[in-house]
Amino acid sequence: MNVTMLLDMAAEGFGDRVVVGGGPDGLTASRLRELAIGGAGEVSAADADAVLYLGVNGPAFPVAMFAAARAGVPLVPVNYRLGRERLDRLLAGHPGAYAIADEDHFEVLRQAGLRARTPAEFLAAAGSGPVGAEEPAETGAPAVVIYTSGTTSEPKGVLLHHRNLVSYVLGSVEFAAAGEDEAALMSVPPYHIAAVSNVLTNLYAGRRFIALPSFSPLGWLETVREQRVTNAMVVPTMLARIMDADGLDRSVPSLRSLAYGGARTPPRVIERALAEWPHVGFVNAYGLTETSSTIAVLGPEEHRAALASGDPAVRARLGSAGRPVPAVELEIRDEAGGVLPSGETGRIWVRGEQVSGQYAGRGPATDERGFFDTRDRGRLDVGGYLFVEGRVDDTIIRGAENIAPAEIEDVLLRHDGVADAVVVGVPDEEWGQRIEAVVVPEPGSDVDVEALREHVRAALRGSRTPDRIACWPELPRTPTGKILRHDVVRGLTGERNAVP
Amino acid sequence: MKLSPGQQVASAVDGTRMIVVRAPDDDVVLTCGGPAMVDPADAGTGEGGAADPALQDGTLLGKRYTHEGLGLELLCTKPGQGTVAVDGEPLKIKESKPLPASD
Repeated sequence: MNVTMLLDMAAEGFGDRVVVGGGPDGLTASRLRELAIGGAGEVSAADADAVLYLGVNGPAFPVAMFAAARAGVPLVPVNYRLGRERLDRLLAGHPGAYAIADEDHFEVLRQAGLRARTPAEFLAAAGSGPVGAEEPAETGAPAVVIYTSGTTSEPKGVLLHHRNLVSYVLGSVEFAAAGEDEAALMSVPPYHIAAVSNVLTNLYAGRRFIALPSFSPLGWLETVREQRVTNAMVVPTMLARIMDADGLDRSVPSLRSLAYGGARTPPRVIERALAEWPHVGFVNAYGLTETSSTIAVLGPEEHRAALASGDPAVRARLGSAGRPVPAVELEIRDEAGGVLPSGETGRIWVRGEQVSGQYAGRGPATDERGFFDTRDRGRLDVGGYLFVEGRVDDTIIRGAENIAPAEIEDVLLRHDGVADAVVVGVPDEEWGQRIEAVVVPEPGSDVDVEALREHVRAALRGSRTPDRIACWPELPRTPTGKILRHDVVRGLTGERNAVP
Repeated sequence: MKLSPGQQVASAVDGTRMIVVRAPDDDVVLTCGGPAMVDPADAGTGEGGAADPALQDGTLLGKRYTHEGLGLELLCTKPGQGTVAVDGEPLKIKESKPLPASD
């Protein structure tokens, strides 16, 4: 089982359809397959053991993915925004790689002993170089290695095998189900799992996909209109920026479906977007790199049903991740491993063919029953809707009490005038950790932090009320929307007046 | 044969290729155009007999074929002329409702 099978099917089923890019330089499914074969020849001729991709998203990315797959080596998309030290450490792990990179990364690659070519040079070589083998090499190597963002620990290389990714596609998408007019816009960078799965799912559905090299609200809106984009995926910070930017034409007449995920979305952002774009179907997706993307989905009808409901329990589902996809089994377990009933919060464990749960240089991270610990806290409601309540690793231990920041963050985010919020544990001599919060006021709003503390105290209880709430103009986040909690703690304990 | 998800099977008598999406726990006899389906590496070797002219309903690329009672689901990765059957019963095309696109 190899992801190239998906491309072979696309080339066989709708070879003349443009599937990559917009405009006259778009690639048909057949052309993508030819370039993948040519690219595999290049990679094999270089005797490479991986294809490293260190650049922004574009047409070379899907070609690199399938070229690597055909050559039987993993594609390793690398975060081009990594600090030099981390990047050097990561590159040192791939001395035999075939590197494709934007020119400004050539020097760092050269120092790591890697010769690089630009995405355009790679495409040219794939179109004219030695032709690779007709059948893909079966080597047992993973299809893709993605390094986790490392917001809580040193980045780990997640091994996504061909069977994981193919199972994900076959479990989630119908072949050639997209209309000829459909186009998907991908805004996350190549080193995000959604960028990888996006290539596979859209290709298999027969939907043309376009990559936005770097996100801006204006650029996103203009691309949606110019390319008549019907489907798009964004991370919550992007959606918030689109909704918050002043003076923009936010009309998106062609858009039918907007998927968001990758981090928690403040309720006001999604409510605002639902009101702004009543014709769009919203899809909230929950998944991890380790699970080949989506494992739970809240679909368009469920969004509208939740928004329209007078029942608070149904209304609350607007903040849920929906229900697990059919190909995934999901359990909520307590710390001792016991399965918890609906309504109770514990750790989210998942099992399924799409779940890799395997890291480079380590043994399998699944238990004896094949379940993988997401290290996310969550609960299921009576209807089977999943509520994700943050990372286990973010738990604050104050005295003898375990406190989930997400619970407090939800209360802060529901307060008028609060645009964004984070709650962290700050080292404390008496309590071990004390609770502190940072909020970002909405533009033009002033936040009364004492009133906000009272609001939390009324909603939760005294021991869950932040000892201090700071106001910052923005929160430190990764470009894919995850809050950098260590940086928040550093900001709160260090130069208090100089952050961020 | 015992099937497992991800396994690929090929017709012994035409170009049909299927991939197993869902498999029953028990052994089953999977056929295409009459003779038993084989590992793709053994496809086209002509072993296992000739195609049955009465079993030529064909398969369509990308369609799912199921036997609900057995919990078997196959996906057609290369179409062919033969009828795909399990334990002598032709499989049916599954009409599936796609999940909303999430990426």
